[in-house]
Formats: sequence, structure tokens, C-alpha cells
Amino acid sequence: MNSIHRQVNRLAAGGRLNRAKVIRFWYDDRQYEGHPGDTLASALLANGVRIIGRSFKYHRPRGLFAAGPEEPNALVQLENGPHTEPNRRATEVELYEGLIAHSQNCWPSAAFDVGGVAARLSRLLPAGFYYKTFMWPPRMWRAYEKFIRHAAGLGRAPAEPDPDHYDKRHAHCDVLVVGGGAAGLQAACAAAAAGARVILADERAEFGGALLERGDGDDGDGDGDGDCDSDDGDGDKAAQWLGARLAELRRAAEVTLLPRTTVTGYYDCNFLVACERVTGHLGPSRGDRAPRERLWKIRAARVVLATGSIERPLVFADNDRPGVMLAGALRAYINRFGVLPGKRVVALTNNDSAYLAALDARRAGAAVEVVDVRRHPSGALPERARARCIPIHTNCTVSAVECARGWSRGRGVASVQVMALSDDGREVRGAARKVECDVVAVSGGWTPTVHLFSQAKGALAWREDLHAFVPGRPALANPCLCAGACNGAATLAECLEQGRAAGVDAAAAAGFTVDDSADSAGATAAIDNASAQLNIDEPRHAAMRALWILPCEHAIGRGPKKHFHDLQNDVTVADIELAAREGFEVSEHLKRYTTTGMGTDQGKTSNLNALAALSESRGLPVAALGVTTYRPPYTPLSFGAVAGQQRRDLFLQKRVTPMQPWHVKRGAVFENVGDWMRPYYFPGKDESMRAAVQRECLAARNAVGVLDASTLGKIDIVGADAVKLLDMVYTNAWGNLAVGSCRYGLMLNEHGMVFDDGVTTRIGEQHFHMTTTTGGAARVLNWLEEWLQTEWPDARVYCTSVTEQWAVASLSGPQSRALLSELCAPEQPLDAESFPFMSFRELTVAGIPARVFRVSFTGELAFEINVPARFGLALWNALFAAGEPYGLCPYGTEAMHVLRAEKGFIIVGQDTDGTVTPFDLGMDWMVSKKKTDFAGKRSFSRADTARAGRKQLVGLLTEDPALVLPEGAQVVAELRKPPLKMLGHVSSSYFSPTLGRSIALALVADGFQRKGEKLNVAFMDGGGHQARVTAPVFFDPSGERARG
Amino acid sequence: MLLIKCPWCGTRDMSEFSYHGEAHLLRPPAPAEVDDAQWGAYLFARKNPKGLHRERWMHAHGCRRWFNVLRDTRDDRIYATYRPGDSPPDVDAGDDNGENNGDNNPGNPT
Repeated sequence: MNSIHRQVNRLAAGGRLNRAKVIRFWYDDRQYEGHPGDTLASALLANGVRIIGRSFKYHRPRGLFAAGPEEPNALVQLENGPHTEPNRRATEVELYEGLIAHSQNCWPSAAFDVGGVAARLSRLLPAGFYYKTFMWPPRMWRAYEKFIRHAAGLGRAPAEPDPDHYDKRHAHCDVLVVGGGAAGLQAACAAAAAGARVILADERAEFGGALLERGDGDDGDGDGDGDCDSDDGDGDKAAQWLGARLAELRRAAEVTLLPRTTVTGYYDCNFLVACERVTGHLGPSRGDRAPRERLWKIRAARVVLATGSIERPLVFADNDRPGVMLAGALRAYINRFGVLPGKRVVALTNNDSAYLAALDARRAGAAVEVVDVRRHPSGALPERARARCIPIHTNCTVSAVECARGWSRGRGVASVQVMALSDDGREVRGAARKVECDVVAVSGGWTPTVHLFSQAKGALAWREDLHAFVPGRPALANPCLCAGACNGAATLAECLEQGRAAGVDAAAAAGFTVDDSADSAGATAAIDNASAQLNIDEPRHAAMRALWILPCEHAIGRGPKKHFHDLQNDVTVADIELAAREGFEVSEHLKRYTTTGMGTDQGKTSNLNALAALSESRGLPVAALGVTTYRPPYTPLSFGAVAGQQRRDLFLQKRVTPMQPWHVKRGAVFENVGDWMRPYYFPGKDESMRAAVQRECLAARNAVGVLDASTLGKIDIVGADAVKLLDMVYTNAWGNLAVGSCRYGLMLNEHGMVFDDGVTTRIGEQHFHMTTTTGGAARVLNWLEEWLQTEWPDARVYCTSVTEQWAVASLSGPQSRALLSELCAPEQPLDAESFPFMSFRELTVAGIPARVFRVSFTGELAFEINVPARFGLALWNALFAAGEPYGLCPYGTEAMHVLRAEKGFIIVGQDTDGTVTPFDLGMDWMVSKKKTDFAGKRSFSRADTARAGRKQLVGLLTEDPALVLPEGAQVVAELRKPPLKMLGHVSSSYFSPTLGRSIALALVADGFQRKGEKLNVAFMDGGGHQARVTAPVFFDPSGERARG
Repeated sequence: MLLIKCPWCGTRDMSEFSYHGEAHLLRPPAPAEVDDAQWGAYLFARKNPKGLHRERWMHAHGCRRWFNVLRDTRDDRIYATYRPGDSPPDVDAGDDNGENNGDNNPGNPT
């Protein structure tokens, strides 16, 4: 049994925790305790867990480095079974009772990892190693790949379906404020006061941003009196201010507050996507009926980006050791979570902000020393540190990191070596001093979080004083304003002022101005008053030294110590130098070659330092190099949130016919045709598909079969110019079609290629009923509309889709007339003379008004009975009530395919592929010679369309009549060792029960001239089979049966 | 996700529309009388401008009508939408595309 660990690093007081309540959780199969308000990261630190994972490439032990979404190291596998999620950042996981997490990328555990041997093979893993080291000999790649993929895995995906549910929501607002820190809150309040509809989103559980992390270091008394125990520090003032702002926003009628909501993408025209963790933070499936996450799609008139900034690390020798963390993160752990991660802290910095961390750590009881790369750090903060007796090593760097030995202490930092810097900062000199410590807090300044601004195509500008890119000109299409640290604001006062101004301006741009009325004036005054409340007396920070890559005793990359700038993807400064030497000197190339910034953290802490290293190598300023393109999402999105409710039955709409209940009851097997579900075949008890299809075919040939043809596309065409339209879109002529008659038509695109076919019937002088293929209905309607709207806007024709208005039962077979006449009154004669082939009659069938068409897709005597959709099932039932004496058999789409193939009738999209003309199909008779123009006609005489050797539709009969050729198989002249000259391919292939043998249709070069020739069909397994070229009509070539 | 103003329905989300390529292509009134090169140009030759593009869209999930859009391919800015048969409005996007040159980042090689 494992005992519960004590929270050895938890401070006695402080932090935004509910200490009265204890939460138990499991990490790597050990039990620990934390409190509500903790993240998994802060709770692990509180319990003294130093190693949280192994690095991606070298399997070096890594610890917590940050406290927010920029964390590169602490990726954990959260929960088990169907709830498991890989790559969750411990810094973003709120602690809940019973939480289970495991370290990743290590075996058997993070502290003892067998893969650590990779660290010793690091010479084999230089920049671009994917492309180099493991490529030769090529046949060995499979072996290498297995090893590499296993060693480099980042967590594992769940193997079971996600039991939780997710949702989506669309929202519109006047002002969307992204980021709920001081600037964002101020902006939201100002915009709300103007009356705008406001959405305020923040990725964390609590609003307040950096205000939540302020502590003694921010104490403005500046008297250096060691006022360490003061409870009246800025932290409390901030809390009061925060409470007042939130109360104000909650009172406002049109404000939506979205905590735990990460805005991940900023798309065109101010369309933003945000993911709200509604119940996911409570633990697996604790949401009751609420979704785990909700994806917001927000369209905002104006956007205020108050996304803050991310601290930039310094890159020094072995800077990846557990215990090295960002100075701001150390402050967050002390002030927000009441955790002091170590007893002895060294703060390494090139600017003033690490002094805040040093002061906070000192107050929390740690021994603190500052190593400042600047020669003469001066100003309020260094003075305050000196006043509290914190030693400051100026013009120095950390040149080595020593780790503790032995497993029990977790091999974190035990001491650092401090050395003086040369004038240019590129070398160390003098004697080394050893400073014992267990935390190294680093700060290289702050990088504005410009991700969303840049995604929105805003131009970035280089700020020399900040050594960072800041938002410049926003894109016209995406009007947004930036405020606070993301906009380069250096002090809290600036953040508040920028926030207020952005809120007012955004609201005004959206049409909400603060007028002079007492109400709004009062509201503005309240905001100004609010700023005063915060009582900021923050010392301005002194200038930083532009030095991020710090030297050690050996040249970088020329000795045992490694300088990591990208901790997540294990990329070092030496890798960048190598890549630049090899010519990958543009930032986009460098990124892909070295994989820098390509981890799940997208380089939030590493990108600028990668540029700094590249800038060194190329001797160019960073501003001239430019950043790589920022792309959504800002932080990873779960597949669940992206899918939302659109999964399983709701993934795609299913279209069913009115007869569907009957088909289901009869045990039909369905196939999807477009969005339609159509009966594929109707198996009897223990009947195979092949047997069922054969039986259905024979019934339709010898007795009577019925097909549910309701899915056929149907377009009602009305108007004086209807014939003109048909003449343009079909290859044949329509003016001479008598009322009551039907005609088959081929539809071509302007390239002369067949794209749809179907029968069109003249219902009245100016009224036609067009049918299309099931899958082509929408495409054909669009095609007709395109002609009418863009070529002939004055034409008097109206097209209406009536596909779903008519249910269709297609009777086929020699008994179909007898069966139909049972259901029709005697005065409705159905004989061939009264109701000839290719004509239409309005009849009453089983008491239902019907349009009956004598058209046939099977080659048999056939009647297509169309009734209003609501009568579809009644018609179907009536047919079966009367059908038994005639041997009525339902047939599905597979039997329909066999029957039509026996007759050589094409299926557009199966026997054609967009490169087939009517002539290629042998359907010259369908093409009018008299019409001067129709869609596609001119293309017939184009050189390629008119050339010899085009593929033409033929029949194929195999040597072995039992063998059914695979559809798609290539037709070749002779079977031999590849490469073979391809003559064409098999487009349709079935076993024909009528003929008692297999049949196939194929598109073959010069097919018409090859009739009688023996060709070969090649199979995937290397074999093949001989087949004879025939005409494509295998059954009843004269068409007698259909006319009967 | 662009916002597009349908000349009949008003401004709607791009997902309601479908795109149909270059606008103002003239189908030869008597196709039989043009040579292969002219017919080929009608079938295949399309402008691919970096800058203003006149193109056809259809309000597929709305009024189902075709219309024309004047869009700058550099930054997806839509200058105007107008009905078929109307002549395209005269706009000046400028050689440098006015205020916005669509470059994401300084020095971005792509």
C-alpha cells in the first residue's frame, strides 16, 4: 500500500484555495492530496513531485516549467478507459476528487525511464534526424520507424467511444472580449456601460488573469521595511477590485461571462471559435445532462483582444532540468496556489520581473539569490531586493546545473554554477561559484500573446524596447482592438487604461456611444473610480538586456551541456545553428526541419528564442526574420467538441422514402445512395445476398417485381420556354414530343461529357416532369437554374424540385400489367394500344390518384406508379395485398443493377466518369443532328473529343462463365510482367441469373472495333482472366419485352 | 468564415453559399462558328488574379439565386455584390490593396 504523501511544499497560508476541503487524487498510481482551487500541476508541486514526464526525443526527466497554457513539459494522460485523454497539460487541469493521471512518454515511470538511454544517443538525433540518420539503408527504415514511433509517442488515444456528450452554440455580440485579466475586464465593463452586448471569455476557471498572481512583490510601499507579513498587500486590493468588476458585469443585462472558455480560432469577418469546458473540470461523466464541453461559434461586430503575455525563458546550459521554471510561474504557484516549490531559489534574469518572483519567494520563506545578466541593474525592484538582503550576482549567468543523485529526490536541480559574463555576453569568464538551490526561476521578458491577432491576418510590428512582436495594423476584414499586455502594455495602469479605451472604442464602432446622460456618465465615472480603487503604485521596470542565449564553459553544442530552447520537442540552440548552416535559414523552413515550435504547445515559450538563435547564426535582427504563421487552434481542441452532437445518427441526415417502414419490417438490407437509404436486397431466412439478388432478378424477369424508386430525382418544369430549356440541356430534340409521352434524355456538360440521364415526360403543353439519377437531383436542378438565371434571365420557365413530393413504385415483369389492372378501374385500359410504351397516363391506382409512366429500366414490361408521397405506403401495401397470385417480389438496388446491366443500360457515375461522351457510349442515336446548339455540342468537334482511340462502352464475357470480374479491374491486351498497357477498365460486373453466366460492361480503347477480340482483365493479386469483347446488350436486344 | 451580402436576402454566413468560379464569362452566342481556340478559352481559360476578382456565388441554402461578388483574393475583402446582368461597380483596390496588403507577418516567406 502506498501511503498518502504530505503536501510538503504547501505554504501555511495564502493562495486562492479552499483549504477546508481535501481532494484526493492519483498520479502514477500513488495517492496525493490537494485542495479545491488547485490545478493538477500545483497539487503535484505541493506534494513535492518534481519529475512529471520525459522529454520527447532524449527522454530527459522534465518538471513543471510554467503555470498556464504555455507549459511545454507537464503533459499527462488523464483518466482511464473511455475517458482517457492524452497530452493534457497539468497546468490546465483543475483538481477534482478521484482524479487519475499518468505520466507519458516514459516506461515504467517518469522517474525511472528505460528510454533515457536515448539521451546518450543524442548524437544520432540532430536537427532533421528524421531525414538523415535513419534513412539508410532504406530497407531498415521499417525497423527504425517502429523504434522511433514507440520511443516518441505522446500519450495514447482512447480505444473506446467517448461516453460524454458535447454541444455547440452560435452566438452574436457587439463586443467579444478575449481574456478576463485587468485589461479585458476593464474593456468589458466599458463596453457594457455603453449598452453593447458583450461576451467575455477567459480560459481559466477564475477571471482576473495576472491579478490572481500578484503578491508581496507588487506591494507598492517601496519602503523596504521587510513588511513581509502584511495582509494588506496588492493581492488583496486586486481581489477587491476584481470582485467589484465581476459584480458590475453580472448586473449588466447584456453581458455573457464565459470562464473556462478558450478562444482557439479567429477567422474571417470576426468569426471566432471558443471551447467552453462546461463540466469536464468536474471529472469524467460528472456533468449529468450538461455537456462536457461546448463549442461556441461567435460572430462579433468588434473584438477586443486582451490575451496577455507569456514569459520568455532564458536558454542556458542544461536549462531543462526539473526545478527550472519561469519566474512568473513561480509567482503564480506561491501567490495563487500557496505552493513554494523549493526552499532555495535562484532567479536568473535579463529584466526586472524576476525580482518580483524573488521577493515573493523570499516572503514565502525561501532563501533567494538573483543572477542578473545585466551589468548594473538598478531601479525600484532591484533596490527592494537588496533591501531584503537578497544577494544579486550582476553581469553573471548560470553556466551549469547540477542535479541531485538518487531516485528519492527525483533528480531535480540541486545547485547551479554562477559565472561572470564577457562584455558581449557570449562567453563566461572568471571563477565559478556554486549556489545550492532547488528552483531556478528564469525570466527573459514577456512575449505578447498575439496568436489570435495574427490568425486574424493582423500585421505584427516589432517593438525594440520589448524585443517582441506586438499587434500592428489589424486586417480590414477583422476589426479588432488590442489592450493590455498583449498590446505591449508594461504596467497595470497601462493595462487598465488601454482596456477601458478599447472597450469604449469597440462599443462605439458597434454603434454604442456613451452619451452625456447621467446614467452613462455615472457608468464611466464608476470605471474611472474602479481604476483608482486598485491603487496602483507599480514601479516601472528598468530596461532589459537583449541576451537570451547564455554561454557556458564550452561553446554551445560543442560539449556535454545542452541548451534547449524548445522543451516540448527537445530542440536545442545547436540544432538551430546546424539547420542554418545547412541552409534552412528561413523561419518557416527552420521550423519544419528542426521541429521547433511544432509540439502541442506550438512553441509558446520557444518561438522567439528560436528566432533569437537564428538571428545569431545569420547575423540578422529578429525583426527581419519574421515569425512563422500562427494558425488555429491556440490550444488543442478535443475531437468531441469539434464533433458536438453531429455523430452517430446525427452525423449526416438520412433520407428515407415513405415505404421505409415496410422495407424495415421485411428485413431489407440497406445501402446508402447519396443521403438516401435504399433497400439493397431483401434476404429471406438464411438466404445469402447472392441468392436473394438472383431470386429478385428472376422474379422481375419471369413474374413481377417491384422497386421503390421514390428516390429518383424529379423536377417539375413549367413555362412557355420549357422546350427551349430542355433542348439546351439534353442532346435530343423535345419540341415534337406529344403531350402524354415520355422520352429518355442524356445531359452533358459544356465539355460534351455525360453527367446525368433520365426520362422526361410532357404532362401538358408547357409542363414537363423530369427525372434524374438519385444522386444527381440537386446537381441537375442547379444546372437548370444556372442556365435560366445566368444565360436566359428572361426565359419564362420555372423549375421546382418535387423529388420528395412523389412516392414511386416501379412494377416490372410480364405480370405487371395484370397486377396493375387489379388495382385500376376497368375503364382505365392498360393494353399496349391504349397505354403504349414510353407514355404516361393519370390513373387511379388502389383509389389513389397516380401518374403512371410506361418506362422501363429493366427491359421488361414496366409501370412506374407515382403517387403523392403521403400515399406511398398505402400504394405499396395495396400492391402486396393484390400481388401474391402474380408472384410479386420486392427487389432492391442490386437486382436493379443486374437487370439494367443485362440490358446494357448505363448508370451515370458507374459506367461513365466525366470523360465519356454519348458517342463513347454508342448512343449516337441520342444526339440530335438538327439542333444547332445544346450544352456540350460544340465540344464534340474538339480534337480530343473527336480523336480515334477513345474508350468506348462494350460488353465483356469471361471465358469461365462462372467468374465475375472485379469492378474497376484493368483491361489489358496481354498478361505479362508489368508495366502493362492499360486499354480500359471494367465498370459494371455481375452474375446474370437470366443468362446463367457472368456479364460485364467495360470502357475499352477502340472498343467498338474490338468486338469479338479476346482481351485480358488483370487482377490485383497478379493473376488475370481472358474475356471476349461483345456488344453491351446481353438480353433482348430488340427491346420486344419492354414494348409488350 | 466570410460574411457575404446576398443582393436579395442580405448579409449571411458564407456556409449558406456555394462558389461558382469566374463571373462575366461570355458563352459564344453561336458556338458552331467559333474555332477550337475560342471555344477552349471559354471552357478552360480562367483568370487567377492576385487582387480583385469578379466571381459567381449562389445562395444555395437561401434564395437559391446566382449573383456576382467582387472580391480581393489577397485578403478576401468583398468590395461589392451585385445581381447577374448588373455591371460590376467601379472600385479601386489600389495596387497595394489600400490599407491592407494581406501579409500576415513581416518577413513571412509565404
